Amino acid sequence: MRAHPAEYELLAPGSLPAVLALLANEPGAWLPIAGGTDVMVQYAAGKLASHKLVSVWDLPELRRVEVTEDVIRIGAGCTYTDLRAHPTVSGEFPLLASAARWTGGIANQNRGTIGGNIVNASPAADSLPALLVYEAELILVSARGERRVPYADFHVAYRKTRLAADELILAICLKRRFSEYYAHARKVGARNAQAISKVCLAALGNLANGVILDVRLAMGSVAPVPLRLPATERMLKGKRIDEALIAAAKAAVAAEVRPIDDIRSTARYRAAVAGNLVAEFLEQLRERAEAR
Amino acid sequence: MKAQTAPRAKLEIALKVNGRSMTVCAHPMERLLDVLRHELGLTGTKEGCGEGECGSCSVLLDGTLVNSCLIPVLQAAGGEVTTIEGLAADGQLHALQQAFLECGGAQCGICTPGMILAACQLLRKKPRPNTKEIQEGLSGNLCRCTGYAQILEAVADAARRGVE
Repeated sequence: MRAHPAEYELLAPGSLPAVLALLANEPGAWLPIAGGTDVMVQYAAGKLASHKLVSVWDLPELRRVEVTEDVIRIGAGCTYTDLRAHPTVSGEFPLLASAARWTGGIANQNRGTIGGNIVNASPAADSLPALLVYEAELILVSARGERRVPYADFHVAYRKTRLAADELILAICLKRRFSEYYAHARKVGARNAQAISKVCLAALGNLANGVILDVRLAMGSVAPVPLRLPATERMLKGKRIDEALIAAAKAAVAAEVRPIDDIRSTARYRAAVAGNLVAEFLEQLRERAEAR
Repeated sequence: MKAQTAPRAKLEIALKVNGRSMTVCAHPMERLLDVLRHELGLTGTKEGCGEGECGSCSVLLDGTLVNSCLIPVLQAAGGEVTTIEGLAADGQLHALQQAFLECGGAQCGICTPGMILAACQLLRKKPRPNTKEIQEGLSGNLCRCTGYAQILEAVADAARRGVE
């Protein structure tokens, strides 16, 4: 059933402390809304549990990007357009830049925020595997203060996170140490723009003398949460990429993912494509090493 | 935006639409799309899917392309909205409107206002886009008549003529 606007409250306090005070006074009562690309869809369908919303759109404290020598700190309210336009993101974090380019069309990129994407916690979100392989750290903020949580620990179950009822994500921190890695991002979906992924991969790797020194793999739409593949990574490290290793990697991926059947695809297809995407990444990593 | 405390009442919300300052009386969660169409009679902005997939409700908010079905009107308070009705000036069609007309870029017309506003944002950022850039700029806008070839041609044509 369609929502009636008269039944909903929306406040726009306009500053981070004012929003946090509201959340602290009635924990869990207020639903933060940033660019609205997820919340307004649920609202229009009459599926929002909360009837009290608080706008965090364009709060200056959430929209900053700070780059220091070692770290880029991305405000949670930065949009995909902000990410695409930032030279450090496009230069050093191409997996995040690719995901920003794939997420929705231009209008949704202008409004959708990285923090909103994380909190919405869809296992199909394109940007979340990138945050896993870059080993992002989240800064959470509430009226009680700030705390830091490794992003890898943030999603605890399907659409369940460690965010407390009175907290917001303030920023996402990425260490600037991946620019030498070969970065490979791939989305398989019905079409590039708008369509939600059937499977997506974010991968980083580096080789020395043909041997895999480090490899990082994370996938979307293959488990209840965005999934890093540590067992497959361990199996690959220290090895030379040949056909036998690629076959073993496909088997390791199939054993590590936990896909489901849904409206966009089947578990069987997803497991097969997940293995193929990792194989494609390894082939390209090898070609790149041979080309050097 | 000022703090508002009265729950579930209509508010006076000031914004600028197509260059005119105005105040609308609306519930804060009313969609900008509905305020434009029902309060202001600007029915050039269409509703397609109502969930940000089709782009037919595209408008510019502070010069940025947005889906107006996903904007609670309170988030547009103090902002400047441009709809398809705001593009023509002094009785002259905007170059994009003229190009869509001449290239057959409109069939049933439902997607056309959104296509033109998406193209408008694209040409402001990239005055001479290549085909791939045009396709990307319009990738959030769907045409159920599938007249994409003429739409892309219309945008390329407007770019060749120059859009200020």
